[in-house]
Amino acid sequence: MNDNTSKNASPARPGMRLRAGITSGPGVIWLTVLLLLPLGALAVISFLSRGDYGETQLPFTGENYQRLLGFGLLGFDPLYPVILLRSLLLGAGTAAACLACGLPLAFFIAGLAPRYKTTALTLVVIPFWTNLLIRTYAWQILLAPESWVTRAVHALGIGTAGDALYPSTTAVAIGMICDYLPFLVLPLYASVEKIDWSLAEAAMDLGADGLRVFRHALLPQIMPGISAGIILVFLPATGQFIIPDLLGGAKTVMLGNAIEQQFLQSRDWPFGSAVALVALALVLTGIWIYAWKNRGQGQPDLL
Amino acid sequence: MKQPNLILRLIATVLYLFLYAPLAVVIVYSFNTARFGAGWHGFTTQWYATLWANDQALAATKNTLIVGVASTVIATLVGTLLGYGLNRFQFPGQRWFQWFLYVPVFLPDIVLAVALLLFYTLAQKCFGGLERGLLTLILAHVTFQIPFVAIVVRSRLVGLDPALEEAAGDLGANAWQTFRWVTLPLIFPGVLAGAMLAFTLSLDDFVVSFFTSGPGSTTLPILIYSSVKRGITPDINALSTLIVLASVTGTLLITWLQRSRKTT
Repeated sequence: MNDNTSKNASPARPGMRLRAGITSGPGVIWLTVLLLLPLGALAVISFLSRGDYGETQLPFTGENYQRLLGFGLLGFDPLYPVILLRSLLLGAGTAAACLACGLPLAFFIAGLAPRYKTTALTLVVIPFWTNLLIRTYAWQILLAPESWVTRAVHALGIGTAGDALYPSTTAVAIGMICDYLPFLVLPLYASVEKIDWSLAEAAMDLGADGLRVFRHALLPQIMPGISAGIILVFLPATGQFIIPDLLGGAKTVMLGNAIEQQFLQSRDWPFGSAVALVALALVLTGIWIYAWKNRGQGQPDLL
Repeated sequence: MKQPNLILRLIATVLYLFLYAPLAVVIVYSFNTARFGAGWHGFTTQWYATLWANDQALAATKNTLIVGVASTVIATLVGTLLGYGLNRFQFPGQRWFQWFLYVPVFLPDIVLAVALLLFYTLAQKCFGGLERGLLTLILAHVTFQIPFVAIVVRSRLVGLDPALEEAAGDLGANAWQTFRWVTLPLIFPGVLAGAMLAFTLSLDDFVVSFFTSGPGSTTLPILIYSSVKRGITPDINALSTLIVLASVTGTLLITWLQRSRKTT
């Protein structure tokens, strides 16, 4: 529980229950009806099966989850385990690449003179506030056969001239990093800005080299920003739908695309629900780990 | 801290170019004469005229604004109350609820989208009504907006000096008066930031809207998505350019507002 909460609230006082109801009530009811209930319905449906005409029917079965693990009716089929693994790898890869790019960028902005700092930061915020769909389909133009980016890549001897660079896993990765980089840089920058540089100076005075200064004097100080940034990128990226849909092909189907296919094309809602529940389980695990790591510190500010 | 060295400057420049390449290419190609393909054929503003005469685009703009404004107003109201309530009053299950609030923040859009699609379909079967349209779209948007507003407002409340509210109480203000004249003005920047975030989330949303809208409630992202699926055309680039320019203007306005508040 939050320190501030326990200080201000004394549940014994009359009227407190009413006030809690008036203030938190509408939000709690709204999220219970339109979030908790639908997610619960998803969980229930995931244990049903698909009828001949796409309807959902009884009895309760664990078949959808078996199929997800690769044990379908027709023997072992690694399709869905592979999709799951691919999504996790893509999410982790995106988070790692964004961290690798985000660290220098955050330190660069923090080191600027105050009057340039706002500008440099605003330049990161603008893409953050700009439509993800637009920023993603733009890569279709940039990676088209006749674009100068594609021609430059081909001139380096990569790929065949005249071919587009998408759909491909590389294109998906580029789109992911470009779209999620601001999500990591912003919390990271907030940490870098608060660094106590005297620790780094002390470490240098004691003869530590650059790498050691970073590892022992700086890294522990920016860890909160790093973990907030990684969780903000990894979880949504793992279930991304638009980026693999627009920049990837049939070979790069991810968790998000599998859910869409089951709901809109195959009309197998029970199986689609099972896939969606895996993504939900990932998110709950992520939040739980974060809550466990930050236990005793009240509510963290992840935003 | 020292001035950034040359290598850091170089990396930062490359990353900024990388972040802005997609935005730049959309803007540049909205002025391209070529109807198809990514080759540059010459400068024209004709696609903006085409766009202006496009009824679908105008209808989608109208829908987007209706959903954006309506959902933001509801979510800001409900979310601010929730953020305040969670910070000040206790209720059974509050601990769990505080963590549950983070679920929509990290949940991939597609999961919320199919959960709501399922929920609307079930509700329609059991109770009738609830045709997919602007109303279902607004309900869906408010659902993912509330947690963001509540979290932003609550973090603003945590940093508040309790002495200010106690002083109001000592001077004879009741709970409502204290909230209205002391707490609300103090957390107002947080409320405003939450509302801006909520509005942007609504304008940006494609996935949840795609699954919860009906035939008559197409929004701009849905229109752009279906056009891109058919092949990118210059008038879609023109539409996207206008959206990008609106986002840039909005961001600059917020930055400017924050800076002018700091200096006064």
